[in-house]
Amino acid sequence: MAITAKMAPIQIKASLPSLPPDWSADKDFKAISSLSQPTNRSLEPVGPHFLAHARRKRHHRTFSEDERLEALRSTKKTEDEDAGEISEAEDPMLLQREAKDWKTQDHYAVLGLSKYRYKATEEQIKRAHRKKVLRHHPDKKAASGKDEGDQFFKCIQRATDILQDPVKRRQFDSVDEGAEKEPPNKKDVQKKPGNFYKLWAPVFEAEGRFSRSQPVPQLGNDKSTKQEVEEFYNFWYNFDSWRSFEYLDEEVPDDNENRDQKRHQERKNNNARKKRKVEDSQRLRVLVDDVMGQDERIKRFRHESSKQKNAKKVEREAAENRAKEEAAAKKAEAEKAAKDKEVAEKASREEGKKAKEAAKNAAKKNKRVVRGAVKDGNYFVGGEAGPKEIDTALNDADALILKWDNEELAVVTSRLNGKSDKGEIKAIFVEEVKKLVEAGKVKEGDMKSLAA
Amino acid sequence: MSAEEAIDEVQLPARTAIGISFGNSYSSIAYTSDGKAEVIANEEGDRQIPSILSYVSGEEFQGTQAKTQIIRNPRNTIAYFRDLLGKGFKDIDPTPCHASAHPVEHDGGKTVAFVVQEKAAEEESEKEAEKSTLSVSEVTTRHIRRLRQSASDYLGKDVTAAVVTIPSDYNDVNKAALTEAASNAGIEILQFIPEPVSALLGYDAKQSLTETSSSPSDKVVLVADLGGTRSDVAVVASRGGIYTTLATAHDYELGGSSLDKVLIEYAAKEFMKKNKKASDPRENERSLAKLTLEAEAVKKALSLGGSASFSIESLADGHDFSLSVNRTRFELLANKVLMSFTRLIEAAVQKADLDILDIDEVLLSGGTSHTPKIASNLQSHFPESTVVIAPSTSSTAINPSELTVRGAAIQASLINGFEVPEIRSSTEAVVTVTPHLHHAIGLVTGEGSNGFAVLVNAETPVPVRRTAQISVKAGGDVILRLAEGVRDIKVSKEEKPATNGNKHDDEDDEDDSDDEPEEVREKVWKAGKILAEAGLRGVKKGGKVEVQVNVAQDLGVTIVCREVGGKGGVRGVLDAGRAEANGSA
Repeated sequence: MAITAKMAPIQIKASLPSLPPDWSADKDFKAISSLSQPTNRSLEPVGPHFLAHARRKRHHRTFSEDERLEALRSTKKTEDEDAGEISEAEDPMLLQREAKDWKTQDHYAVLGLSKYRYKATEEQIKRAHRKKVLRHHPDKKAASGKDEGDQFFKCIQRATDILQDPVKRRQFDSVDEGAEKEPPNKKDVQKKPGNFYKLWAPVFEAEGRFSRSQPVPQLGNDKSTKQEVEEFYNFWYNFDSWRSFEYLDEEVPDDNENRDQKRHQERKNNNARKKRKVEDSQRLRVLVDDVMGQDERIKRFRHESSKQKNAKKVEREAAENRAKEEAAAKKAEAEKAAKDKEVAEKASREEGKKAKEAAKNAAKKNKRVVRGAVKDGNYFVGGEAGPKEIDTALNDADALILKWDNEELAVVTSRLNGKSDKGEIKAIFVEEVKKLVEAGKVKEGDMKSLAA
Repeated sequence: MSAEEAIDEVQLPARTAIGISFGNSYSSIAYTSDGKAEVIANEEGDRQIPSILSYVSGEEFQGTQAKTQIIRNPRNTIAYFRDLLGKGFKDIDPTPCHASAHPVEHDGGKTVAFVVQEKAAEEESEKEAEKSTLSVSEVTTRHIRRLRQSASDYLGKDVTAAVVTIPSDYNDVNKAALTEAASNAGIEILQFIPEPVSALLGYDAKQSLTETSSSPSDKVVLVADLGGTRSDVAVVASRGGIYTTLATAHDYELGGSSLDKVLIEYAAKEFMKKNKKASDPRENERSLAKLTLEAEAVKKALSLGGSASFSIESLADGHDFSLSVNRTRFELLANKVLMSFTRLIEAAVQKADLDILDIDEVLLSGGTSHTPKIASNLQSHFPESTVVIAPSTSSTAINPSELTVRGAAIQASLINGFEVPEIRSSTEAVVTVTPHLHHAIGLVTGEGSNGFAVLVNAETPVPVRRTAQISVKAGGDVILRLAEGVRDIKVSKEEKPATNGNKHDDEDDEDDSDDEPEEVREKVWKAGKILAEAGLRGVKKGGKVEVQVNVAQDLGVTIVCREVGGKGGVRGVLDAGRAEANGSA
């Protein structure tokens, strides 16, 4: 219902008075007074015209604004509806088609759906059919005087029959040449680096329509991961297709008389279907092989993996070298340490020898001092010492020297040094003997000359 | 074909909305397809479903089946409950319910209820199961639930929303009660619309479908909703398809039942005459119920045919009864009642401060409108210029029983796309209360400036825009004088019959209150206050002048005058400020 329909102008029958000759006004318009006070009444909120009124009032639109906006809205709507199916031009050749040649007819093109094809939804098919029927109905043709027959109308009906039946539609889709995408040739692909993806992707998208498992993995692009690419090729090498070729069957004679011929034809058809199916899978395999051969990504991945292997080897060698170097360093260090030790030992040994000799010399000297002291002490006798006494005293002194170690000898020597008094020397010796007796080194009475 | 329908269904919103006319006697349901309203028949094939519920041994009956139960099982049959909804016990008129279940006080007198034996006796020893008290709200819910079920079954879609018609005197309490009862039945009420306006909408929508020019004309319509137990009249000004109710009148006792009563009286008397020994069937409740039911059927038959007959088995004391009645007899008997319909309608016209000459159309709605005499009475009462739309006077008239529900269905389809808050905000007083022009705006015409041609009629809501074309035969300079017009009734006594083309009353009208047959009443327009003048120079001979008047919300007027096909023109503005100053003066 056209709510905004402009009211038709009121036609007034009466005549207008003519302009008085003395009448004049600015811009030919004279405002004299205004409207009387209105009455406030409540409108009944019903009906299309009230809705229009409410819309104007709520959006504060004037009549002309509202008309414009609503007109805009309605035009847009119809445009949306018409977009798609109807915009496809009809090929005059198509219109000349005979209905009996339906096997070779492109059903999608007949319905004007050639850009949708297997992607057309049931809804689209329904709409397209309706639009075509509205245009090509034989009754309409007859009414317009053009007698073109109902051949194209029959074509439309046949196309709709097939496309609205899911089984028949699949059979037709299987052999729909319009949906095929020719694989690109190698030259084109190699022209530009991005061409591989641009040219091959639609081919696989088209082939993917036959897949039983959806969605179909896509060719992807430069940045696809190795896993994605592998998945893609795995999928296509194990492609599970529903494509069948019943549609191309030769017609089977449908009379009872010729049963043999009928069976023969059926067998022939079956074989043809199988043959085509096999050919189709081979075709696809070759196609995928081709693509794989051209796929830069595969090469890149191979290169990368070999690079990776090399990298490992280098690393291993480096590790080995490092280990060797470390071992050598260790060894050198150990050798050096051993040498140092040897040198140190040698030095210490020599030093010890020197010290021993020095000590020996000192002891000799001390012994000499002690013996000298014995002589100075007059061999521990008060008077003149006879040889016997001298011998005993010297023997005792030697025995004492033997009993003393070097330090004691040095101490005794330092005490004896400078002493010339006999008594004093004897006292020192006696004292020392006592010490030795106490230490248990000498038995009392051993030292006869020094016995007190 | 099926494809398009399927598409249409897909595009419909999830909500399925229907129109419900919930009447005191009958209810109906309708929906719209392709802008055409269709009334839905329930499972029994009835398009007018009696608003009656009956409980028989634990089973619920509705509609025609329930109606027959009034005879055998009157106390468990609930009828005429619509007018009790949302009212206190003190405020109700229980008369129509006399033959069926009686309303009782409920909820401290705030509402009304019925006591019926709803459940079946569980054991044989138990004579009667406990009676249950059903409030009017509950009864309404059950009734609406049945209506909803019928609609859902018919449409194959679950109906969840509806536009419901209500009497024009329904207040907010009534509305709230009905809203609650409906929501309990699973129906969201999108909008209430008054029955007369709904009827008018139903009629106009049908007209716009059949007529090629879809632009609605300005008219004043008197809608008479003549129901089973009551009659409501509304005077509605339709301006560019927007309706404004100018006045309403109600008669709560006048209706189809008043006509039935005439037939009952007549039949009872005839029965007594034939069977001298038999008792008065009006005294016996069951006999009266039988007679009432038959009288209604006879009345309906008389609306269609010239004669009809009563045929009741065992009316009273075992005596059968049959009686043939022809339409003339019925009309004579019912003359008093029929005249009161005319009087009620006349009262409404007066209440609207209008003259019968102002009424362009009389639209009869409601089941009682089928009665031919009501329409012909109105036709003779109103001037010839007034069109009476009823089945007996106009072949294109829609079944008056279906008018209101059609209107509701159309409204439902119009607002179905909107959210409920949006509908509420559109029906608020802020939007609906609008200034209406007090006087008509028109052009002063005629050489002597004595004519007046209406551009915008009085009682037109603003903002409004109207365009008119006037042919200027002589051409030259013309003056367009815009003025406010006053409608006047000119009464002239003329010997000769009025010239053709003039609006005049039927002189021989027997119902006309005027005694003198020569008196001719005419509607004339007089130019009042001049609003503005515009001069248009050099109009071509035989040319046409177009005037567009645009009255804004604030009563500012924009006038554009130009010659059709010509260039330039005159444009002027009357500002609103002065309008008020002048208006108050």
